[in-house]
Amino acid sequence: MKLRLAHLYPKLMNIYGDRGNIICLRRRCEWRGIEFELTELDAGSPFDGDAYDMVFIGGAQDREQRRVADDLLHLKGAPLRAAVERGLVVLAVCGGYQLAGHFYRGADGDELPGLGILDLHTVHPGPSEKRFIGNVVVDWNGQQLVGFENHGGRTYLGPDAKPFARVVTGFGNNGSDGFEGAIYRNVFGSYLHGSLLPKNPAFADHLIALALGEDTLALLDDAVENAAHAEAVRLATKRRIMRVGGR
Amino acid sequence: MPSSTIDYVPSPRRAAAIVAAKTTAELSRRLRFGGGTALPGLVAERLDPGIVPALASRLGQGNVLVTGTNGKTTTSRLLRSIVEAAGLAPVANREGSNMMRGVAAALAEAADWNGRIDRPKKRIGIFEVDEATMPLVARAVRPRAITFTNLFRDQLDRYGEVETVATIWREAVSTLPEDVTLALNADDPAVAALREHARGQVVLYGLDDVAQATGEIEHAADARWCTKCGAELEYDAVFYGHIGHWRCLSCGNARPTPDVRVTAIEQTAHGPRLTISGSELKVNVHLGQPGTYNVYNALAAAATASALGFGSSAIGPGLLNATAAFGRQEIFTIDGRDVHVILAKNPAGLNQVLRTLPDDELNLALFLNDDIADGRDISWIWDVDFELLAGRVRSVNASGRRARDMALRLKYAGIPEKPGVANDIATALRKAIKLTPEDGALYAIPTYTAMLEVRNVLGKWAGRGKFWEGDAK
Repeated sequence: MKLRLAHLYPKLMNIYGDRGNIICLRRRCEWRGIEFELTELDAGSPFDGDAYDMVFIGGAQDREQRRVADDLLHLKGAPLRAAVERGLVVLAVCGGYQLAGHFYRGADGDELPGLGILDLHTVHPGPSEKRFIGNVVVDWNGQQLVGFENHGGRTYLGPDAKPFARVVTGFGNNGSDGFEGAIYRNVFGSYLHGSLLPKNPAFADHLIALALGEDTLALLDDAVENAAHAEAVRLATKRRIMRVGGR
Repeated sequence: MPSSTIDYVPSPRRAAAIVAAKTTAELSRRLRFGGGTALPGLVAERLDPGIVPALASRLGQGNVLVTGTNGKTTTSRLLRSIVEAAGLAPVANREGSNMMRGVAAALAEAADWNGRIDRPKKRIGIFEVDEATMPLVARAVRPRAITFTNLFRDQLDRYGEVETVATIWREAVSTLPEDVTLALNADDPAVAALREHARGQVVLYGLDDVAQATGEIEHAADARWCTKCGAELEYDAVFYGHIGHWRCLSCGNARPTPDVRVTAIEQTAHGPRLTISGSELKVNVHLGQPGTYNVYNALAAAATASALGFGSSAIGPGLLNATAAFGRQEIFTIDGRDVHVILAKNPAGLNQVLRTLPDDELNLALFLNDDIADGRDISWIWDVDFELLAGRVRSVNASGRRARDMALRLKYAGIPEKPGVANDIATALRKAIKLTPEDGALYAIPTYTAMLEVRNVLGKWAGRGKFWEGDAK
């Protein structure tokens, strides 16, 4: 068995420790004897829609996000969209999540077109509005996931995207509707980093199983993972969200 | 301009501010509030918002600011030691207390109750300042020079993005008065770019010795894109992070030729020996500490001092004296074990620290806090190359408020030794020291707020005073 992962834009979109998600997927495959093959595709590399079981795209600064949007739309977009319709598993975090939507309207009012694989759009309300920064706990299928969010943009879902999770503590998509992230077919978008997958092994395994077409995976000893999860949940729910810094 | 002490009539408000700051400092020291580093300045500034410009203008030799992601504290200390070697008495903020209130506290402490400063002609302000606070402090103290060390990802929960800091710097630099000298790191593309916006004199510093290059650019590298055209930069040599000999193949932008250079580094068992050269500078100095980042700190201090008119006779001894003092400050001997305390608070810094550790049989204690001063977001530990440690660890402990996140990171780095885990810092230190063989070394690597506690605990155990008592003024 082999999991073939494409990491999109590892150089441009790697700002919030997103590499942890790749490390986590690799280890959890290897510990089960599943071969793991990583392909890094930066701007300029074409995307072969049949070559991968899973795609990961992380977060970036606004400036880098613009460079990515151009490549995504003109080079990788069409084969990626087609593969998504065939059931390709995609995890898009933070900036990658925003780019998976129809567009991102920045603080300056400029609109950055997105891939459109998730029926959503994101609007930055302007530099004077607070960024959503802090620990987050969400409810995903009756399980708690924990992470950290840091985004200025507010994301609004259309009818074809389902919310990924419900906010327990934190801001989520837009700070008002109580939802976090989005799902369409096997595409998962979320604002959670931290990194997202290492502290949430059940969700990591859900992605691996989906990508491999397996119903169940061999059990692993997740004591260290669960302890980190419990500590993060405890701190997030105890201290709530900090005020945003800056003056 | 030194003001004479005769014509100066202090306002009651300013006198009250200074007295309040001094009293708060004394009180918080007695009550053991961690050295009283921030509160006195906060009190003084509240009572008299004009206190910083007023007192800073009384320092006869002017003021110098040091900013950047990493190396602020060390570079400032080295600079302090250089001016001391030249017979001056620096006024400096305490380590890490680098917002306006830290500067206010230092100035209030240097003044007497009515705002007079002793021997004003000999005084020079040397302040490390937070990256985002730098413009505010620069407006208040009107510095002669500002030193920029480097720009890495750090505390993204506070700054939002690395680019945010770059923008703040660009805007600040383009509005500084023409008599402000900038000391810029030529090897960091994000810092070197500031030369284009400078209105006054610029002194560039850089490492010329390509034998120190490590090869690959690290995962945590940030400024790998040309600041002019956005193309990916090429490197002829990478020293660490995105620091090195860079050039843009697309628009021709490239590392500028530095004015002050480290021309050669000889690695010895007791740390590197450097040759620093400039137009009026030639020193050969032995640094007691390993690591390329320490070479850059010494270089930044030497370049700044040289630009301020200090000669080799002050720079050489100054660097030497300061590195000797570091050893006393950073190594605690407890039960026959040497406990080395090394601050690391972001991926670039921690990657550098990991690369300076001995090759094997490591005893490690890692302390991860998520206070505001550490950064609330601990995702950055996934950008650190802990994988470098696999196969080199003898014992490891994880501690701090996010101890379990650290333990998780180590597991996924493929370090088979199961870490001891304890949130309480003293408990973890005790355990780590016990696991370290007698006559062995323990490397304690904390984030900022954890470091304060680690040093405090070790200071008590080593039978010495609190760490701030040894801090030079």
